[in-house]
Amino acid sequence: MSSRERILGRVRRALADVPGDDTPYERAVVRDYLREHGGRTVDETVDLLAENLADYRAIVHRCAAGELPSLIAALLSGRGARTVLVPPGLDPGWLAAAGAERIPDRAESDPHELDRVDSVVTACAVAIAETGTIVLDGGPDQGRRRITLVPDHHICVVRVPDQVVSSVPQALGRLDPVRPSTWISGPSATSDIELDRVEGVHGPRTLEVVLVSGR
Amino acid sequence: MRVALFLTCVNDTLYPDTGRAVVKLLTRLGVEVDFPMAQTCCGQAHYNTGYRHEAEPLARHFAEVFGPYEAIVTPSGSCGAMVRELYPRMGERARAEGRGESLAATLAPVVPRTYELTEFLVDVLGVTDVGAYYPHTVTYHPTCHGLRGLGLGDRPRRLLEAVKGLELVELPGAEECCGFGGTFALKNADVSAAMGADKVRNAESTGAEVLCAADNSCLMHIGGTMGRLRSGMRPVHIAEILASTEEEPLA
Amino acid sequence: MSGTYLGMPAFPAAAREAVGNPTLRGNLRHATHTIRAKRAKAVAEVEDWAELREAGKRIKDHTLRHLDTYLERLEESVTAAGGVVHWAADAEEANRIVTALVKATGESEVVKVKSMATQEIGLNEALEAAGIRAYETDLAELIVQLGKDRPSHILVPAIHRNRGEIRDIFRDEMAAWGRPAPEGLTDTPAELAEAARLHLREKFLRAKVGISGANFMVAETGTLVVVESEGNGRMCLTLPETLISVVGIEKIVPAWRDLEVFLQTLPRSSTAERMNPYTSMWTGTTDEDGPGTFHLVLLDNGRTDTLADEVGRQALRCIRCSACLNVCPVYERAGGHAYGSVYPGPIGAILSPQLRGTGSEIDASLPYASSLCGACYEVCPVAIDIPEVLVHLRERVVQGGPVTRAGNKVVLRPAKGHAAERAAMRAARWAFGRPGALRTGQRLASRTRRFHPRTLPGPGRAWSATRELPPVPAEPFRDWWQRTHGGEAGGK
Repeated sequence: MSSRERILGRVRRALADVPGDDTPYERAVVRDYLREHGGRTVDETVDLLAENLADYRAIVHRCAAGELPSLIAALLSGRGARTVLVPPGLDPGWLAAAGAERIPDRAESDPHELDRVDSVVTACAVAIAETGTIVLDGGPDQGRRRITLVPDHHICVVRVPDQVVSSVPQALGRLDPVRPSTWISGPSATSDIELDRVEGVHGPRTLEVVLVSGR
Repeated sequence: MRVALFLTCVNDTLYPDTGRAVVKLLTRLGVEVDFPMAQTCCGQAHYNTGYRHEAEPLARHFAEVFGPYEAIVTPSGSCGAMVRELYPRMGERARAEGRGESLAATLAPVVPRTYELTEFLVDVLGVTDVGAYYPHTVTYHPTCHGLRGLGLGDRPRRLLEAVKGLELVELPGAEECCGFGGTFALKNADVSAAMGADKVRNAESTGAEVLCAADNSCLMHIGGTMGRLRSGMRPVHIAEILASTEEEPLA
Repeated sequence: MSGTYLGMPAFPAAAREAVGNPTLRGNLRHATHTIRAKRAKAVAEVEDWAELREAGKRIKDHTLRHLDTYLERLEESVTAAGGVVHWAADAEEANRIVTALVKATGESEVVKVKSMATQEIGLNEALEAAGIRAYETDLAELIVQLGKDRPSHILVPAIHRNRGEIRDIFRDEMAAWGRPAPEGLTDTPAELAEAARLHLREKFLRAKVGISGANFMVAETGTLVVVESEGNGRMCLTLPETLISVVGIEKIVPAWRDLEVFLQTLPRSSTAERMNPYTSMWTGTTDEDGPGTFHLVLLDNGRTDTLADEVGRQALRCIRCSACLNVCPVYERAGGHAYGSVYPGPIGAILSPQLRGTGSEIDASLPYASSLCGACYEVCPVAIDIPEVLVHLRERVVQGGPVTRAGNKVVLRPAKGHAAERAAMRAARWAFGRPGALRTGQRLASRTRRFHPRTLPGPGRAWSATRELPPVPAEPFRDWWQRTHGGEAGGK
């Protein structure tokens, strides 16, 4: 007997007390929890996102679409970034004013190469106001998971209000499970020393989120 | 209303003053109390130590003795929780073991009629000012089974706040267990003693003269620890404070 | 003598040492009290906590009640998404599978994300024996690994260490494992985190094989979820060419949507955050993004035995948040090592004796490592009634009964060492069954009260060593009642 059969057999014997007509999934789980917490206008939801991002030490900027290229250029130069990683589908206009050398992400670039790049600029798939979370799903304007991981400085652009949802349930509804996703709430941190939060471990130590409005 | 005092075996044997206080208090509030002499033990110690089958006859005995009463009042959060929370569970387990409905059916009637003292006062009698007088600084320790098992909430606090002359002070870490835990106090004596010592230190930090609780088992542990640590504080059951009046102050 | 009467020197003996260690007591007190207040605040922020908790409980219960169906569905989804599914009945088989998978890559080192399942099966030791070095990359696991120590907490395995001790471990041990600690390293948490970043960076960048666990597996989609803070998880899950995830079979949820419950309750319960810094979700393999090869090892190792116990199976709802450890007054004083398992604290006290059985001294003692105060149940985000299971397991220890071990039904005999206690309980039951006998005993105690010693011999010493005995009153209540009320309302 294979271990697969052995384990499944043990499970079935262990569940001998469960009747064949046990309550089906749809009725067994009562979902009377909230779809979102509190009532807010669209603007208030964006404000809450900004507030919660900042609460977990992300640096938040807000601008109109027309100001985005100059803002990104200023953020990169302000950090002294000489090189910037660019996902394949990123709007080229976003980096139009930036002086840093653009490094396209290539399948064959190994982690050591990524480690030598100063910054990365991406879009996101959705942002969650209640938790201060941005979610990347590997879309063309976000690139592979590794490019937002190895460089020490990540600039993430969120189109507001379109990409902003209030809650975790709403965010999951917008995501495709097939795509690998990364949920980011502030820069990397640890609570491993005396259960107190310290920012800055393996992921990017600086996370800047740009909330851009208008087209 | 026929009200029975379920004193508990510990109070009966070691803390008769608490029993007398409950009788005095309820009588003052116009309740006629009976003490069924056939009562013994609810079976909590047996059950919680793993001897559920030994606890069953005691639970049946309890149901038989207290069955005729409309309300069963006990000055013990943990024994109250035993009846209210664990008697139904004992019935369910017996049923799951294929022993039928008998135990569940026997125990069911006494479950909703059993009240911890402060519940009975606040919920059934609808009083918070019981006309008590107790001119002392008191800190209140909510015992675990009363707090989390029965959900006594702020009832004891409301009763104490209405006592004339009593100054109630906040106990730091109030909701932390004192470390008694029945046979835990013996089986894990070192941890139990460490918890008790921390509880006493927190109580002393309030500057109160008295640590009050609604369960004498916990007070036996806390008081015993106070004695050994030579603390100047004393443990007092809430019934004794509520029974105390200007005419007849607590000794 | 008293140990024999009380039945179990194991947990109590280990706890005694911890209680007497002031540094450890201080470290645990500081850490658990810090997180306790924060958790309460994070939970109070969401007004539907009770509903989320109930939904989480029901999702897990439903899944467990149909685990065979969901396991098969998961296997199908993962396979369809490009993953390879393996089944391991016990620790030894899981270790054999993982070792063979690593060997097949030709690599002799792996990077690891913190994983309770691989701790449970002793994977690092098994790999070591096969000549493969496993690098722990979670900060706390790194502290434990460098310090040749054992984990003492589910979420923060090095909770028993304070910043000064961590600095010393880094300074003394890092060089032997790779990049040494920076010169002049101080004990500020930020500097310690930086030292870990530098030390592990080279390992991440060259790693070809990553090993992880998972917080959740979605049967419907084949998605695995890892919830973390530092980014070491992301490193291990995305940079290597091969990813091997070892996951307990109880980690399944039926549908994608179910994550909406746990992604709200887990971060608030564990690190007291609205959301943890990083959560990774992946479904099989994705072209050119992340590992090209993905193996999922489904682990039983006592879980099906636990499932067979109708009362005890609720322990399998656990999402490993560790909130119960942080509020537990016993854990706070005894420390994690006293539990003799990778699963310490209240959840460990019900999980270890079920996964491993109650045969050993330590496992038979764990169900008693609790005052039954109920704080663990109150904070549990999936409403595991830990006190209920503790009492149930106590019953199994003292009374024996039918259990399942390695898939087979066996009848346990009552544990040795409880004979005297059992006799005492029977005697008490006999006396309590007869009010007259009880009264005789009470009167005897009252009459002899002047002669009662202040300290007790034998097992009673466990009480009187640290606590005064209550004085026995001149007469029990029932005699007073009989005297004063006997005529009118004497009752029965």
